[in-house]
Amino acid sequence: MVLTYDGTFEGLLSAIFETYRLKIAVAEIIPKDEWQNSLFEHPTHVATNEEWAKRVLIGVQKKSSKKATKLLYHCFLSELPGISMLIFDFIKKSVNSNIDITDNFGDDTVLQLHQIKKKIGREVHRMHAFVRFQCTKDDIYYSVIEPDFNVLPLLNDHFEKRYPAQEWLIYDVKRHYGIFYNKDKTEYITFEDDTQLQYRQLNESVLDESEPEYQILWKSYFDNVNIPERRNMKLHLQHVPKRYWKYLSEKRAQF
Amino acid sequence: MNERVKEKLEILSDAAKYDVSCSSSGSNRKNTKGGLGNSNGVGICHSYTEDGRCVSLLKILLTNHCIFDCAYCVSRRSNDVKRAAFTVQEVVDLTINFYRRNYIEGLFLSSGIFKDVDYTMERLVRIAKELRTKHKFNGYIHLKAIPGASDELIHEAGLYADRLSVNLEIPSEMSLKKVAPEKNYKEVYKPMNYLTGAIQGFKEEKTAIRSTPKFAPAGQSTQMVIGATPENDLTVLNLADNLYQQQQLKRVYYSGYVPISSDNRVPTLKQPPVIRENRLYQADWLMRFYEFKVDEIVNEVHPELDLELDPKAAYALRNPHLFPIDVNNATYHEILRVPGVGVRSAKKIVSARRHGKLRFDNLKKIGVVLKRARFFITCADKEFNLLGKDPLVIRQIFTAPSRQKAGFNQLSLFG
Repeated sequence: MVLTYDGTFEGLLSAIFETYRLKIAVAEIIPKDEWQNSLFEHPTHVATNEEWAKRVLIGVQKKSSKKATKLLYHCFLSELPGISMLIFDFIKKSVNSNIDITDNFGDDTVLQLHQIKKKIGREVHRMHAFVRFQCTKDDIYYSVIEPDFNVLPLLNDHFEKRYPAQEWLIYDVKRHYGIFYNKDKTEYITFEDDTQLQYRQLNESVLDESEPEYQILWKSYFDNVNIPERRNMKLHLQHVPKRYWKYLSEKRAQF
Repeated sequence: MNERVKEKLEILSDAAKYDVSCSSSGSNRKNTKGGLGNSNGVGICHSYTEDGRCVSLLKILLTNHCIFDCAYCVSRRSNDVKRAAFTVQEVVDLTINFYRRNYIEGLFLSSGIFKDVDYTMERLVRIAKELRTKHKFNGYIHLKAIPGASDELIHEAGLYADRLSVNLEIPSEMSLKKVAPEKNYKEVYKPMNYLTGAIQGFKEEKTAIRSTPKFAPAGQSTQMVIGATPENDLTVLNLADNLYQQQQLKRVYYSGYVPISSDNRVPTLKQPPVIRENRLYQADWLMRFYEFKVDEIVNEVHPELDLELDPKAAYALRNPHLFPIDVNNATYHEILRVPGVGVRSAKKIVSARRHGKLRFDNLKKIGVVLKRARFFITCADKEFNLLGKDPLVIRQIFTAPSRQKAGFNQLSLFG
């Protein structure tokens, strides 16, 4: 049997709850959008049920720990194929175990999840590092990203703490939504038409007049702290893989 | 566009880049209401230069005018370079605006000595003070404590900065006097000792009175230039160990000497000693995170680090009688000593073996580098028939040229 859900974390947990409620064996749990029609299978869609989702989380927390629920949520944001089943596996194992299985690195499921979480953590850290704000005329600090994983929900905490007194916006142009902080709280936003955001560099007409200056100053700083005698491009690329260069104004060839 | 600021930035960042300290970690400054920035435990590297070093702080000199004439330094009096000086306001503006755009974690401010030591130190302190009080800046600030500066100024610097550093520059006083006639260890140790005492004092007071202000919460660090003078690794690492033990330094940085001048007091090198520098950092890591004592890494018999082998592998091969160890019941301390096992892997091993005996496969997935570790461990299923091999043979395997691609001479840390 195949279950589909709406693509949210709560949706996945609801589907998992359903397997226990109906005592069914499932071959696959998959987001509805990812389901490819097949001749032999007709998937059952499970509607998201906040109550059920909560009960699953509480169950995992009781059997294992709070760390385990965090692990599952972070891994869910990876959007990797098969992640739903991996989370399902973990929950089954957790339910069947008498002790917390979160740090059982000898177990394949657990280890895989930890490895995925590490990747997520790395991407979050990279976003902390590589987000570059541009100041607009109305004083909003603005950044466009397209991270490998759906890490936007994990970014607000860091930037709220860092920039509590300025308005900022980080937009994920790949997933078409963003987070906007209005000096009070962070909200999810979507632009109806975000095609112009594909250009990471904002149009000069909307930028604060000092913005291009600071970009030039930063680039010139970056070029001058390099020590040519110690050039080591292998190490450079290891730290800043090429796919991240698009974020970095200092890596742009010219202004 | 203020061309003048750009030019100053070019000159004064270029002159500051030989100070290798870059870390922005280890502090714990929370943001204040309406303030700007914070600095918590982990540092963030916002970019990397093409030489592979991280860019975390705006690292600049206040000025490169200098009355001293240190042979290893690009800003020395007798060197013919363009000179410039920032105003206080210019440094503050750059810091705030770079920070707001998420370019940097904070400011690293050093300076050439103009007029006299205290005059220079006073300027550095004033910038930090302005950032903290007027602009409510809570990002990271690293200030240089200038050798010979008065205790009062050093004290005030500690109240605003997250980290302070006094550079030893040269690993022995005799050599220092040769290359830097105006400097001596006494002047360097004076602010360092003061800071050690003050940091300790504030910490103790903080446990009693919570409202005690922060004093250099990320501690102090120092830097030594390697390869400009003849000291061996034993001297360098003993000195570093002493600084960690006695002065409770957070970091000692080793800077492979980049031949920046043709001054006959220092040798002319074709290339900076990057491999030796890398080995020193590895040894430093062993002392700080791997529970190694300095004499286990270098001693009278082996006064130099092995350039071909990382110091942990060298240690293991010098002490074959301590291996192999069984990962399923060895202590954490013992597991840490296995080449190919890092701090994280060691912790994972200790944690995972509570759920069942670990096998070869488990170790591999945990992230142990078995290519190296296999010579030094046993686990549940494999006895590793390679064990018992002559250290000389293992050494050959470890240093076989196929491992290193021709052309690259800098290795990654504990690769």
